[in-house]
Amino acid sequence: MSVCLSGVRLDNPVIPASGCFGFGYGMSEFYDINILGSISFKGTTRDARYGNPLPRVAECSSGMINSVGLQNPGIDAVIAEELPKMREVFHKPIIANISGFSLDEYVECCQKITNEEQVEIIELNVSCPNVHGGGMSFGTSAESVAEVVRAVKKVITKPLYVKLTPNVTDIVAIAKAAEEAGADGLCLINTMLGMRINTATRKPVIANVMGGFSGAAVFPVAVRMVHQVSKACNIPVIGCGGVETAGDVIEMMMAGATAVEVGAANLRNPYACKEIIEALPAEMERLKIERLTDIIGIV
Amino acid sequence: MYKRNIYKVVSNRALSAKSMLMVLEGDTQYLTAPGQFVNVEVKGKFLRRPISVCDYDEKTITLLYDIVGEGTMAMSLLEVGAELDLLTGLGNGFDVEVECGKPMLLGGGVGIAPMYNLAKVFLQKGVVPVVIMGFNSKADVVMEEEFRDLGAEVYVATVDGSHGTKGFVTNVIENEHIEGDYFYACGPMPMLKALSANVVCDGELSLDERMACGFGVCMCCSVQTKSGAKRICKEGPVFKKEDLIWK
Repeated sequence: MSVCLSGVRLDNPVIPASGCFGFGYGMSEFYDINILGSISFKGTTRDARYGNPLPRVAECSSGMINSVGLQNPGIDAVIAEELPKMREVFHKPIIANISGFSLDEYVECCQKITNEEQVEIIELNVSCPNVHGGGMSFGTSAESVAEVVRAVKKVITKPLYVKLTPNVTDIVAIAKAAEEAGADGLCLINTMLGMRINTATRKPVIANVMGGFSGAAVFPVAVRMVHQVSKACNIPVIGCGGVETAGDVIEMMMAGATAVEVGAANLRNPYACKEIIEALPAEMERLKIERLTDIIGIV
Repeated sequence: MYKRNIYKVVSNRALSAKSMLMVLEGDTQYLTAPGQFVNVEVKGKFLRRPISVCDYDEKTITLLYDIVGEGTMAMSLLEVGAELDLLTGLGNGFDVEVECGKPMLLGGGVGIAPMYNLAKVFLQKGVVPVVIMGFNSKADVVMEEEFRDLGAEVYVATVDGSHGTKGFVTNVIENEHIEGDYFYACGPMPMLKALSANVVCDGELSLDERMACGFGVCMCCSVQTKSGAKRICKEGPVFKKEDLIWK
């Protein structure tokens, strides 16, 4: 079941997605999290952020919308407090998910995290608005994605994965721009912009009006985008979006993913990743798959 | 500690047009204090439903819940013998070690739920709590007799005055000149805000917000307190009066 992401070996392809697993140690009350391939930790910014007003969550058919607003204690507190607690219980490669609202912020955070023990991959969340670019998300323009990747690559020593937003016209163009700028891999998809209305109060359910839609409902979109991007690029892709079962992991890998992130499923079932990992061998046998690496991008 | 387990519905009956009392049988070892909650999986719904624990013992968990949407409606239709997937042991619960001779247990609507086990704990210690329950109308009043049967001193307020004192829990405290030395509260946010402003003694309040996970990883229920951002599901749902910020 082992896979390799830019020289980083994972015991299996299952990785809890950023924002759905904290820094891991809270989840270790449920099970031994060392069975996981890796963990992508909670999106971290330069400064501590409280995030958006409440309510931050709205339920949907087969999914949910969240607008947490990147609540996190800031990069220094993550390094000083969260990472040591994480390393105490988790002894596998860690993926550091870094967010920023300016080029400088990305560079500063990546510089600080790159030499941290056990951090083997840096995952850039480029879905936040660029405060110097009129508030438009970095990830919606090929030029700004390339600019961030180039700047960050100069200061890091670990593989750089860019987590792409699906809220664009042409995700392949953005993926290619990231690859050409030097990204070592890609992760897709981040959440899709969505909205719910409480028809009784005639107000949006979420205080911030809109938020990121995730969960089983987005799985077909994720599979499609992973397929398109992995065909167009020559760097590994981490598939993410709506994965709930071992069958979903295999489908995502057949679409072109080398590893798979599991997000919202953890929130409804804290044992989701454990159950997926335990179900993988039987599912592989049923589908006559000897090694998971044999099926990457087979479709 | 929190864990997932399967529970069997022992009873599930209507107490009023919207309030239901469900008794579940199963592992209760992770429940450690009154005021904790469980997160209930509802078939066909993406997210679990966080529900306050009304009472528990070695074998059973009792949930008092209102039918407020499709999820709780589905719960209300569960028959005896049905199985439910619960995460238990969630949240901090009330601090029952506080030194007090006359605790006031204040519940608004379904917010009276955690007061039941809390009242039991006090009575076991030989302390008779004053339980003040607020509802909109007489038809909504539930658990009044159950609290009296425990041996608590019980008052009821209804907004329309159709039962007990007309008005809110705060009106009962004023009218009856109740001088408690500590309070515990659970109910709608406007009620909790009014209690924080008007009740003189120290106390603690159980907050309620939309949650996704219920175990501290999604940050959907995070509130600003005087000691920083706190997750209602993890550091809460119970917070000390002096720690809360009201806008």
